Amino acid sequence: MGYSGLLEWVKFNNPMDNAYYPYDVYNLPYDAGAKLWELLGGLLGWLINLLVPGNRLSTWLISDAVVNAFAIIFLAVILFAVGFVVNLTMIWEERKVLGRMMDRRGTKIGPLGYFQCLGDGLKTFMKENVAPADKDKKIYWWALSLVIGSSVLIACMVPLSHRWFVVDYSTGLLLIFGIFALAPFFILCAGWAQNNKYSLLGGIRAATLMISYEIPMLILLASVVLMAGSFNINDIVNAQFDTMWYIVPQFIGFIVFVVCAIAESERVPFDLAEAEAELVEGWQTEYAGMKWGLIMLGDYFRGYTACALIVILYLGGWMLPGIGATAVPELVFLLKIFAVFFIFIWARASLPRVRIDQILNIGWKRLMPLSVVNLCIVLLLKMGGVF
Amino acid sequence: MMKGPELDKMWITMGPQHPFSHGLWTLRVQVDGEIVVDAEPEIGYLHRGWEKECENRIYPKIIPMADRLCYSASMTWSHLYCKVVEEALDVELPDRARYLRVVADEICRIQSHLMWLAAVGTDLGNLTVFLWCLREREFFLDLNVRLCGQRLTTNYPRIGGVRNDMPYYFERDCMRAVERFEKALWEIIAITDESSLFVNRMKGTGILTREQVANLGITGPAMRGTGVDFDIRRDDPYAAYGEIDFEVPVLKDGDSYSRFRVRIEEMFQSCEIIRQAMAKLETIPKTHPYRIKVPRAVPEGTHVTRIEDPRGEGLMYLVSDGTDKPYRLKVRSPVFVNVSAAKPLVMGARVADIPAVMAMIDMCLGETDR
Repeated sequence: MGYSGLLEWVKFNNPMDNAYYPYDVYNLPYDAGAKLWELLGGLLGWLINLLVPGNRLSTWLISDAVVNAFAIIFLAVILFAVGFVVNLTMIWEERKVLGRMMDRRGTKIGPLGYFQCLGDGLKTFMKENVAPADKDKKIYWWALSLVIGSSVLIACMVPLSHRWFVVDYSTGLLLIFGIFALAPFFILCAGWAQNNKYSLLGGIRAATLMISYEIPMLILLASVVLMAGSFNINDIVNAQFDTMWYIVPQFIGFIVFVVCAIAESERVPFDLAEAEAELVEGWQTEYAGMKWGLIMLGDYFRGYTACALIVILYLGGWMLPGIGATAVPELVFLLKIFAVFFIFIWARASLPRVRIDQILNIGWKRLMPLSVVNLCIVLLLKMGGVF
Repeated sequence: MMKGPELDKMWITMGPQHPFSHGLWTLRVQVDGEIVVDAEPEIGYLHRGWEKECENRIYPKIIPMADRLCYSASMTWSHLYCKVVEEALDVELPDRARYLRVVADEICRIQSHLMWLAAVGTDLGNLTVFLWCLREREFFLDLNVRLCGQRLTTNYPRIGGVRNDMPYYFERDCMRAVERFEKALWEIIAITDESSLFVNRMKGTGILTREQVANLGITGPAMRGTGVDFDIRRDDPYAAYGEIDFEVPVLKDGDSYSRFRVRIEEMFQSCEIIRQAMAKLETIPKTHPYRIKVPRAVPEGTHVTRIEDPRGEGLMYLVSDGTDKPYRLKVRSPVFVNVSAAKPLVMGARVADIPAVMAMIDMCLGETDR
């Protein structure tokens, strides 16, 4: 047991050799976290061992369990941080593109106006925390946390590439959709708890809208899963690389999915839940200051998830046709997300808000049959042996 | 605790601080789910005793006050005031003044309608329309600045004419703005009128019949949208409108969409009127007077006159007692009357329709509450 040199303490193991490694495949953020801890913990252990030779703390610090625990915490932090930065970039993209479409400048603070969101975030943070006196206190706070929490959770669930993910279950997509579907319930609760008529109407509208648009979305998910033969996101992306992007055989599905995704992330033209013209701010009316700021952040996390789902299901995920995964597949994936988000912004700039009965008409009478048609096309292709 | 059938309905008080109200007024609506079953407009938050204040001022000092009746139709309101005093004095206006007033009125009408269209954009949830309309409006506000030195409260008409003649190159600037606007308006039409989502929000909502329009006393584009072919500029001409050839757009459906179309067409017609008036002004030599001298005191009598405001029929009733101050000046505001149609307009509509329907009234609280 001669712990003489530093190198014996700081050894960069293959993370997959770790006894507690939670995945079957390589995970980059986990590896980075493990390596970081092996460096820090190794240095610390070496120093402690110099002072008190042969102590048990030093060896515990670089044991598999501690490395694994740190790596998982690091994984969570890095995924949230990356998600946060991507969201800021999407907000910046939206404000900039929207500005140009409306013949104005958009954001201006910082290089290309990138830091405007930070300023706005700071502003909302410094606002007084106003809440109605006669609210339903428990539900008011819990519903808010759950709306934001579920939105952030799904955004972090989305893998950025085959090596950048949180969960790699065989039913990864179902998990994402399941959490996606939770929000309407919380929004309904939040609308009720504020004791405000506008919030109540907004909450009911949001729930109605989201529930009716989830159904065509799930049918489309079924067609993609049927075509790829798996619920695993990795498999779906690989299947698209092997054959072709699913936007080609399932073009109808792509269009319907984009419409549903805009509705699910409550954006114009389907933002009737917060229709500011008649409902002031909809179900968010009584959430002032930073609460509103966090709701906005949650909205963008949902938008990000919706874009990511479109990219995964129809646009080949992080793969490029003919090339496959590049050296930085995460970047390819994010660029595709920004490109899809451009469609969302475009719709926002050019369309008015749709009325609730018209939205339900579109959802049940147009999108629903179209998604079934898409499913039939997939079935025919599958039976014909094309895929 | 309410009981019985009332339990499923609730009153919502929209306003006075509400994004749809475009000013200080309240629309109380009773809703059954999303359907409006009862409505009641409440106005008066902006009452400032305008008519009483006028009784303590000499006649020329009321012109800037008339500007402040409506922020986006100041030109027509001060025109209306000057017109009623001129009728009381029984003076004939010089030609240049008459045509300059027409030009100023139509610039005002276009910028007022653009302000309305911008508000329609936000009411229907599209900010692009709002910004594009305000961008175009700037050109006409710039024309106001060139003509009178002010963007909104213009203080341009005078009793017996206008304050000043056209500045140098005004004609060129005006024609440029109009020609540019006629192209730009098509751009705005492309994202409003040619977008089926936009049209679907307006078609079939807020329907009024001709009988309702007559009984409620609704005037202006809201009236012409129900097939009533009446425009004071053509049927009871004032200033130089009698010598100008223009069409009065009339649509028969009586819903929000036809009111929308009427206003859009009116903007094109206003461009045409400006073009004709400018051509006519060219033929009148610059040496002609643009204003005549009038006595300070108005002879005793009562006078009523009306004018086609961008929002409807503006009317002023003047009682003069032979002094240099009016004994009584009563204003009939078109919006004050039109807003009384709020209940028939929103009954049976959905909550989401309320901004879309009420936007077609083009609320302006300055003149409503006075």
